[in-house]
Amino acid sequence: MLDLSQYQSVGEALREALERFSTEVCLIEADREREKDRLTFAEFKKRALLLAKALQEAGFSEGDRASIIMTNQSKWLISAYATFFCGGVLVPLDYKLTPEEQWQLLKHSGAKLLITEYPIWRQLSVSAGRNTATNVKTVLVTEAPATADLAGARHWEEFRGEGDPVFVPRKRSDTASIVYSSGTGGRPKGCIMTHENYLEQCVALTSIYPFWPGVRYLSILPTNHAIDFMVGFFGPFTCGAAVVHLRTLRPEYVREAFPKYKITYVSLVPLVLKNLQKGLQARFDALPPGKRKVFNALVAINKALTKSRPRLGLSRLLLKQVHEAFGGELLAIIVGGAFTEPQTLQFFYDLGIPVANGYGLTEAGTAITVNDLRPFRADTVGKPLPGMEVRILNPAPDGVGEVAVRSKTVMSGYLNDPELTAETIVDGWLMTGDLGKVDETGHLQLSGRKKNMIVTEEGKNIYPEDIERVFESLPVKEFCVFAANYIWPKRSMTGEQLVLVLHLDQGQKYNEQLLRDVTARNQRLLNYKRVHGVVLLDEDFPRTASLKIKRNELAARLAKLDSAAAIRPL
Amino acid sequence: MRTLEQTTQEVLDLAAKHFQLPSGSLAPEDDFFKKLGIDSLQTLELLSRLENHFAIELPDYEVQGVSDFKTLAERIQSRL
Repeated sequence: MLDLSQYQSVGEALREALERFSTEVCLIEADREREKDRLTFAEFKKRALLLAKALQEAGFSEGDRASIIMTNQSKWLISAYATFFCGGVLVPLDYKLTPEEQWQLLKHSGAKLLITEYPIWRQLSVSAGRNTATNVKTVLVTEAPATADLAGARHWEEFRGEGDPVFVPRKRSDTASIVYSSGTGGRPKGCIMTHENYLEQCVALTSIYPFWPGVRYLSILPTNHAIDFMVGFFGPFTCGAAVVHLRTLRPEYVREAFPKYKITYVSLVPLVLKNLQKGLQARFDALPPGKRKVFNALVAINKALTKSRPRLGLSRLLLKQVHEAFGGELLAIIVGGAFTEPQTLQFFYDLGIPVANGYGLTEAGTAITVNDLRPFRADTVGKPLPGMEVRILNPAPDGVGEVAVRSKTVMSGYLNDPELTAETIVDGWLMTGDLGKVDETGHLQLSGRKKNMIVTEEGKNIYPEDIERVFESLPVKEFCVFAANYIWPKRSMTGEQLVLVLHLDQGQKYNEQLLRDVTARNQRLLNYKRVHGVVLLDEDFPRTASLKIKRNELAARLAKLDSAAAIRPL
Repeated sequence: MRTLEQTTQEVLDLAAKHFQLPSGSLAPEDDFFKKLGIDSLQTLELLSRLENHFAIELPDYEVQGVSDFKTLAERIQSRL
């Protein structure tokens, strides 16, 4: 890999990688059973520089912000590199957000350029939010039919300059990207990530899970997600490895991709990992009794032999069919984005498939801890990465307290929100809002949250404030949404749910009509953002002088209720 | 060519069969995440079944944000 200490910026490191590994394959793009594209680093460079030149001709320059709203595909990475080449700042947004949410973040980010796909643009271009984000001056749309009315946007494929673009250097302390960790409803949390954040994180991660030419990383998590940006783009590229993109994430095509492309690494969220576990378990259960007995014995042998460390060669011999289904060259499944249940991690490890679980926050520059598998510990989220200091603040007698981290990978702050930045980064320490303890071997064990939010198994951060808008004008006296675990703290990071607290008008009943109204509004939210139950509170919510709800105080009052009895399921 | 009503009915029948529910237990307006108790991955599995049944390709982005059978049937109908 490149010695990243030699480089000042993401763009500079990528530029060197494209030269150094020019003949290696860097990208493979497949759509179902068809391979759509296969690029070497040299071909990638050629395509990206055509775009970079056109961007420069259009006046895109140092510090300008370019947003990408795309599914995982080659043009995502090409556009990102072209942006960095021009000295621009990347604003990767989640393609799964609603058009209104996307425009809201486009406005907040100050993006001048938007690069998106035709199906997404069809929805964005007709959304009312478009009129609010007047900062977006140029829109480039990929894969649009030649005759399509692009509503003022331009075809990405035709946006080409002539001649060589000029590389614009950036300093380590300059902003590389603005990554939104959440906050679509009320207070956007745009994490300002510097070039140094990425360079340092890449060195730390690849010291434990290295890439090299010939390695193939299957990119499934959205590239706007901090994990995939690092291990599905910057990491492999600076090591000469290849990234495989799938245009559809149907489970059958994901399964096929492993043997077809001889995948080395993949990152998954717990939901997908559990689905894989379910599928494998069903296959094992269907084995005839004799074969099942032999299989169980082989798993037991593998388990005994890999107790202290993974022994992949041996596991592949013992459990050949299982490993062949994963292509036979899989080194590790990286799992992140949300907490993974220990039994799922253990299931894969017992089969000789190392699952590198970890813990991280966008604010921390992706990963804070990673399981180094020496030995494998399903009950923890691993040890801090090199260069990452972890402290437990105000620990209780059992050692549990708030996790705080300090590292060169921690963001410089939230965009346009000094108040929230000051609350989150205190004396150089990032307050994670998560609760945990560090055991005697240095492993971090998470046990709950201090903050009012949930993380779904799909790795989505949901803040109650962000979804309250859908309940506005509900015919009740007042309402508020909470993470149930925030009110009734639980030593658990899974099965988190949101609850809607209602204070009804005097004499009002929680009747069928109100329930229907709440349900209908709830269904307007994307499925993973929905509230799971209603809690009734017959007293005025505590409020500040400016009439904002005092959430902490309200939560303390609600905590006196018995949660099992108080939550009425929706 | 099927009508939208026919497509919708076939979607409901196929979903009921796939998730082993009594025929007729699903309605066009039902939210399939809630009614079937499924997650986004199981929805993708259902889409694969529907693609095979209708002999179409339904890109993932077409069903982005869709959570009821009626809208799903409309997306399928537009590709028939």
